Amino acid sequence: MNKHFLNAEKLTKKFGRRLIFKDLDFKFLENGIYGITGINGSGKSTLIKIIAGIISPSSGKIVHNLDDKVIDEEKLHNYIGFVAPYLIMYEEFSAWENLIHISNIRGIKFNKELFNSLLDDFLLLNRKNDIVKTYSSGMKQRLKFIFALMHSPTILLFDEPTSNLDNEGKETVYRIINREGKNKIVIIASNERSDLELCSTKIKLEDYKK
Amino acid sequence: MKPYALFKKDYHSELRTRYAINSLVMFIIVALSVILFSIGNEKIPQNLTAGLLWVVIFFSAMSGLSRAFVSEEERGTSLILHLIAAPTTIFSGKLLFNLILVFLMNIIITILYSVLFEEFIIRNFLLFFLTFILSNIGLAIASTIIAAIISKAGAKGTLYPVLSFPILLPLILISVMLTSYSMVGTSFADAVIELAVLACYDVIMLTISYMLFDFIWKD
Repeated sequence: MNKHFLNAEKLTKKFGRRLIFKDLDFKFLENGIYGITGINGSGKSTLIKIIAGIISPSSGKIVHNLDDKVIDEEKLHNYIGFVAPYLIMYEEFSAWENLIHISNIRGIKFNKELFNSLLDDFLLLNRKNDIVKTYSSGMKQRLKFIFALMHSPTILLFDEPTSNLDNEGKETVYRIINREGKNKIVIIASNERSDLELCSTKIKLEDYKK
Repeated sequence: MKPYALFKKDYHSELRTRYAINSLVMFIIVALSVILFSIGNEKIPQNLTAGLLWVVIFFSAMSGLSRAFVSEEERGTSLILHLIAAPTTIFSGKLLFNLILVFLMNIIITILYSVLFEEFIIRNFLLFFLTFILSNIGLAIASTIIAAIISKAGAKGTLYPVLSFPILLPLILISVMLTSYSMVGTSFADAVIELAVLACYDVIMLTISYMLFDFIWKD
């Protein structure tokens, strides 16, 4: 079991003069499922991108620790699994080719058994050699979960994880979130009641607007 | 090996989408044809011949080299790169792709140019060879970092040549000069300073690019 801790101190984000959130403090010290909630435009995606190290906060800092050592910002991507509606896979490649290229760029071993089992979990095994462009939006969303889990990350960040998914897809995602939440930190940014019911702790971004 | 893996991904993507190759090939053909038709049977001086070669090279580069980052941004796939590799890996992979594209493009341009323009005769081949190598490296580095800068802007197509011109001007001027020298047959010793300037340009551009890329890439 990994010991990935997350500590945010006085996080503030502004886009120009527009304040998104201010002085946001939180600590996620235990494995489990955590939620970020707020109305549309409240900054859920911005916060999750800051946690992932994709964008920088205007002030404050976020520190990722693994086994009591601070993770270097340059290497943070190796520990993060990320799913979001605005994440777009390479549509000119098949799901299988996406996994090959991504694992090569990550510098990880191409684990055929793991990838086949993930494709099976997310009901894409029969379509793994089809070009992603031909997938439905739900299938593309399921492929993103495989992308997020393929390198065995120590923290999972899901922004609106069930968008575009049918009931069967949602059930699969919830099963996997519950499974991963037992030995990882899983953070969900969403407004969906069913997504947030999984979360033990929730951050309400409306509380950090002043 | 990670930059090579990114290069391989870009190479396979290019084979499927033909994002850069088609526009590059078309631009080379159109530019050379326009120059050929406008000159007709006129004899053009050597320095103009060298200058026209670099005009074709500069504008061809402008039509295709921005794809390294712009295509990722336009398709919305740059977030994947953020999540799978460190900025240095990304820049190195994109630079490798652009280096190979620049060399292939400029070899084709130079061959076509020497076939179509009888005034284009190289008398000091070693000098031209070194100029060609150093200029292409500089062109690839500058094009890659400029592509990264403009990829997040709105008017990418216009901004790319506008931003490239002042940055590439020293490279183009020295390359034109050295190409003229190699056509005249100037000795290697007489062109050492210009070659050194070209090499310095490459080193400076490479250093600045690696230092800046982290900031450009993140926000």
